[in-house]
Amino acid sequence: MSAGWHWFVILGTILSLAAMGWLLVSNRTTSGEETTGHEWDGIQELDNPLPMWWVGMFVVSIVFTLIYLAYYPGLGNFDGAGAWSSEDQHQAEVDAHEARFAPLYAELGAIDSDALMGDRRAMQVGRRLFINHCSTCHGVNANGSFGFPNLTDEEWIWGGDYNAIRTTLVQGRVAQMPAWGPALGEEGVTNVANYVRKLAGLDHDAEAAAAGMQSYNTICIACHTPEGKGNPLLGSPDLDNDIWLYGSSVEEISFTITHGRQGNMPAQADILTDDKIHILTSYVRSLSQ
Amino acid sequence: MTSVEESSYDLGVVRFFAIATVVWGLVGMGVGLLLAAQLAWPALNFDIPWLSYGRLRPLHTNAVIFAFGGCALMASAFYVVQRTCRTPLISRGLAWFVFWGWQLVILSAAITLPLGITSSKEYAELEWPIDILIAVVWVAFGIVFFGTIAKRKVEHIYVANWFFGALIIGVAILHIFNSLALPVSLTKSYSAYAGSMDAMMQWWYGHNAVGFFLTAGFLGIMYYFVPKQAGRPVYSYRLSIVHFWALIAIYVWAGPHHLHYTSLPDWAQSLGMVMSLVLLAPSWGGMINGIMTLSGAWEKLRTDPIIKFLIVSISFYGMSTFEGPMMSIKTINALSHNTDWTVGHVHSGALGWVAMVSMGALYHLIPILFGRKPGEMYSVKLINLHFWLATLGTVIYIASMWVNGLLQGLMWRATSIDGTLTYSFAEAVEASYPGYYARFIGGAIFFIGMCVMAFNVYQTTQGKTRSEAAAPATPLMKPTAAEGASA
Repeated sequence: MSAGWHWFVILGTILSLAAMGWLLVSNRTTSGEETTGHEWDGIQELDNPLPMWWVGMFVVSIVFTLIYLAYYPGLGNFDGAGAWSSEDQHQAEVDAHEARFAPLYAELGAIDSDALMGDRRAMQVGRRLFINHCSTCHGVNANGSFGFPNLTDEEWIWGGDYNAIRTTLVQGRVAQMPAWGPALGEEGVTNVANYVRKLAGLDHDAEAAAAGMQSYNTICIACHTPEGKGNPLLGSPDLDNDIWLYGSSVEEISFTITHGRQGNMPAQADILTDDKIHILTSYVRSLSQ
Repeated sequence: MTSVEESSYDLGVVRFFAIATVVWGLVGMGVGLLLAAQLAWPALNFDIPWLSYGRLRPLHTNAVIFAFGGCALMASAFYVVQRTCRTPLISRGLAWFVFWGWQLVILSAAITLPLGITSSKEYAELEWPIDILIAVVWVAFGIVFFGTIAKRKVEHIYVANWFFGALIIGVAILHIFNSLALPVSLTKSYSAYAGSMDAMMQWWYGHNAVGFFLTAGFLGIMYYFVPKQAGRPVYSYRLSIVHFWALIAIYVWAGPHHLHYTSLPDWAQSLGMVMSLVLLAPSWGGMINGIMTLSGAWEKLRTDPIIKFLIVSISFYGMSTFEGPMMSIKTINALSHNTDWTVGHVHSGALGWVAMVSMGALYHLIPILFGRKPGEMYSVKLINLHFWLATLGTVIYIASMWVNGLLQGLMWRATSIDGTLTYSFAEAVEASYPGYYARFIGGAIFFIGMCVMAFNVYQTTQGKTRSEAAAPATPLMKPTAAEGASA
């Protein structure tokens, strides 16, 4: 802050505290009379002195304040004799935390993923890491929910082997299903949605599905293949099974086709250490086995 | 003091404010009870936007603070200033403008908040047109009050009026500066402040809404109704001087303790914390003066439930003004912040202090305002019943929130042997349910007490008296025949 505000804060603080002291000192004596002699609507006031324990409490709090403000920041730009800052304290606590648990993670991080999956203790650590960092979206039991993939089933949109899952964790993933509403029109979208349901073996309007087949084979097959098989390299999901990230009704599929979908898995590289990502990857692999 | 003088007092507007206090108390606490139920049984928002928690919560806080509390303050300020200045209000018309203007503010809040129209500043959610109306009505309140003080027929200004005066000036400044905003439409505006500056302004306002509205104002109520009801002189004039000036000087520093461990600069955080500690003594000055004024009249606790309301309210005041500075200490705040402990703290002040001192004052006022003898409510036994319901409800409420607060704070920070957090957030929510049920029960008991009061007040206004054995009317200081006829 500028020098003006700096001194404004200091003077405001010191003068306020000094005023408290002056208030106490100037009211230390009483008139000696029983009441002040005033009367309002039958109410009188006694001229009792200030209770000493209360004055003592007040003075102690003021003295403590002066000592505190000498040690900690508070008086404008003055850092305080202790040079304390919340940022330093936070960093110190984070460092102490990391240092304390680094050996454990280094030990687990050195073990091969397949071996980790068979290690009960390592999987407990993995589960707690998962609950801390992943459960907000994927759920405590990794079952996912609308828009967030279930990690316990056999479908892996971005691949389910060690390297694929690890890459998903490190770099994150951004899915890119384009919006086809303007190109297909409302009826066209409904037709394609029915065809998609046909590929999945679900109830569908045969006429609409037949009408939608051509659009599907023109537009959708680039990512979803003519049979409705996805491609982990593109992050396109299988359409021929009963696993649906955004719902399988005609309305829901139509919405997906019309507006597109941009699923976003955030990158963890800056948040988790390599060792923790290794443990988490192994834990996630273990979920679908 | 002559009966001619007393008969010139304007009690009509006081009467309306007193009844409005009871009505808005029912509404505000009723909404609070619904919210407590929604937290225990979330389905109770019925998927109706207007009944959703996020919209009803500001309605609850605005209704209990500004509608219930505001009407209680205006009723007592207008009543006390006349009696202690021995002069009628300076302008009857302006006083009525304050009443109807304030009701319009409340009505606007009751409509806009459920519609989702909000500035999103806590305790200052109302949008700019209503903010302007509040400012206008509040200034009118100030003109009536200070104008009446100016033409008083006594030399000195009574201590209760210092506190009412501090309330009026303090809240005017807080409201106007915190609400500065750039309107973009009739129902939408953007704050004049940005980022952590906005947060600091917000909590400078928020904490001093507590300080000047809910503390100073209600201390004004205490300073008149406690000596009046107990028939005892105020304990210490010196103490009232020192704690008044200390209270209003130190309260304005304490806002930053709401922003510990945020992007607010360190110096502001620690200064706000340490000044909050200094605030303990000035706050307790009021408690000492209240309790010591009652001492010597302890035997009245057996017969006068109004005295019970007053003494218990002062006790809760002392307890929550100790708890507040303690929670402002950073290390404790690190545990308590964002937990239900804060909710419990607020309600020990709101239910235990603000509501109970208002109820004591209202039970004193209502018979006088409706032309009955002092202390002549429809039923003294029902006052007693209300007292026990209010006390029990408050204790259950705050105890459940203490338990929940500690539980949440400890669960959030618990770590496992591998350094991970032991509990997910949802697990802490699940563990809070017993506390939510208990809080609902406490709140329901408190609300039932308010219903008992409404019934008692209604019967009193109808001129009825319940025949009750051994419940003598409250002895007052120098009761005169004129007091009963003053309305």
